[in-house]
Amino acid sequence: MKQIVFISGKGGTGKSTLVSSLSLLVQNKMLADCDVEAPNLHILLQGEILKKRDFFGAKEAVIDSSACIKCGLCRKTCRFDAISEEFEIKPMKCEGCGACTLVCPQNAIKLEEVKTGETYVSNTSRGTFSHALLDIGAEGSGRLVTEVRKNVNAYKKDEEWLLIDGSPGIGCVVIASITGTDAVVVVSEPTKSGQSDLERVLGVAKHFGVPAFVCINKYNLNLKVTSEIEEYCENNGYPVIGKIPFEPSIVKALQEFKTPIEAGNKVITNEIKNLWARLVDEVENLKKA
Amino acid sequence: MKVGILSGKGGTGKTTVSASLAAVVPSCQYIDCDVEEPNGAIFLKPELKEKSPVKVLVPEIDMTKCNFCGLCAKACQFNAIAVVKDKVLVFPEICHHCGACKIACPNDAILEVERTIGVVEANEDGTFLQGKLDVGEPISIPIINELKKHIKEDRFVILDCPPGASCAVVNSIEGCDYCVLIAEPTPFGLHDIKIAVQLVKNMGIPFGVVLNKASNDNRSIHHFCQSEGIEILIEIPFSKEIAEGYSKGILPVEINDLWNEKFKKLYEKIEGGAHK
Repeated sequence: MKQIVFISGKGGTGKSTLVSSLSLLVQNKMLADCDVEAPNLHILLQGEILKKRDFFGAKEAVIDSSACIKCGLCRKTCRFDAISEEFEIKPMKCEGCGACTLVCPQNAIKLEEVKTGETYVSNTSRGTFSHALLDIGAEGSGRLVTEVRKNVNAYKKDEEWLLIDGSPGIGCVVIASITGTDAVVVVSEPTKSGQSDLERVLGVAKHFGVPAFVCINKYNLNLKVTSEIEEYCENNGYPVIGKIPFEPSIVKALQEFKTPIEAGNKVITNEIKNLWARLVDEVENLKKA
Repeated sequence: MKVGILSGKGGTGKTTVSASLAAVVPSCQYIDCDVEEPNGAIFLKPELKEKSPVKVLVPEIDMTKCNFCGLCAKACQFNAIAVVKDKVLVFPEICHHCGACKIACPNDAILEVERTIGVVEANEDGTFLQGKLDVGEPISIPIINELKKHIKEDRFVILDCPPGASCAVVNSIEGCDYCVLIAEPTPFGLHDIKIAVQLVKNMGIPFGVVLNKASNDNRSIHHFCQSEGIEILIEIPFSKEIAEGYSKGILPVEINDLWNEKFKKLYEKIEGGAHK
């Protein structure tokens, strides 16, 4: 199974719209949503959940108040300011590192596993779909992403492709989403912010040795920035595999939970078809090389 | 007072609203807490004079004292240390800098050394601050915490937050007096604003919504806010002019005086909302 992950650096550039469009065009594939904090792909895929599981992706210290002698060693040791003056754990602050458990002379502190989210495997008309939702404000989003990808392995049959919808940013969630994949497609937009964020996220792909390709979405919004992005990509060896125009009709279609393809937009459908054909070629070439 | 600007979904207009507020509120302080992809500087164009690296403490093994007992690896909850036969492997990128390994070591064989994971940059008078996570680093929280040490408590402080709803956002808005949630009227935007609303409610922070890219075609955010009793502070209609300005790094308030007035009104509403 060849794994392709769609990321963007900047949010709102059109990752989920592109992935759900591709889900209509690409045959024999699985789907995954690794944006576990604000997942959106399920809204367009509208599948039926086959398997739902609680995910325990972090630990938290628990103080046995009957054994605690309030010596203060735990508070002194904790680097996350997670223990109050009344010797209560602040759940939002506790990293679950266990340093406090090691210094407590009374053995009054234990680490307990905490639920940080839920994982789902869904049946959709476009393929099996692995996704998740992080509990609001929870730790360990990277670990939940890793679990989403494990579920792909558990449920895969003989699908040829895996299309992964990623998250914005360049930190732990993105790193957990791209490691070990066959290619990264960065969905960018021709804005000064998009340009800056694209360069940083391409740096992450390079750092982890994942081949990266670029799609410029809404490219006609600012042709000058589009050509600057193209120049940057050319100079740094990142093929631009697609340029999708902005059309108000896309927004309108999304309001009705439809991809541009279902809305019958020919120009955009063709552009996305070409993008995929180009990507398939590039991935083949990588294999040969 | 401190105001966090967040959204759940990315690309809804957090930086547009944050930077516009910074442009119209006299002597405020702007802090870009989206340290993975900071964009505020593109619009506010500060002269960044102060640059200080953000350092964390990671373990280094003194091999003359180590007897490979493996207690450090057992203590580490993040798998950042592995002991194999006569080797100790440290993975500094995934270390959470907690010091548990050092405490666990019976032979005093672990030192803690500084490691740079990013930078905090500021203009001369510290009214603009941004953090930047180094490319390839996973953990952003120490940079956000460092930024927040520079908060000027006597000012109106704008904290431009990262997208999502995880610990990075929690750390950014912790201690805020008010939050502004940026929503866009799409099925995605509606789904994610509900997550952001739940987050600020859980944290007990008063909040209001700014509806960005508003359109008459979709009233879903209006309906949601009405049913939840949430105030829509201002609406910014979808406009090609604003989108074009944004693409060049130009704020709505620089395009038209009307926006100046609108964001001043937003400022007044935030002041009012926080003191309710």
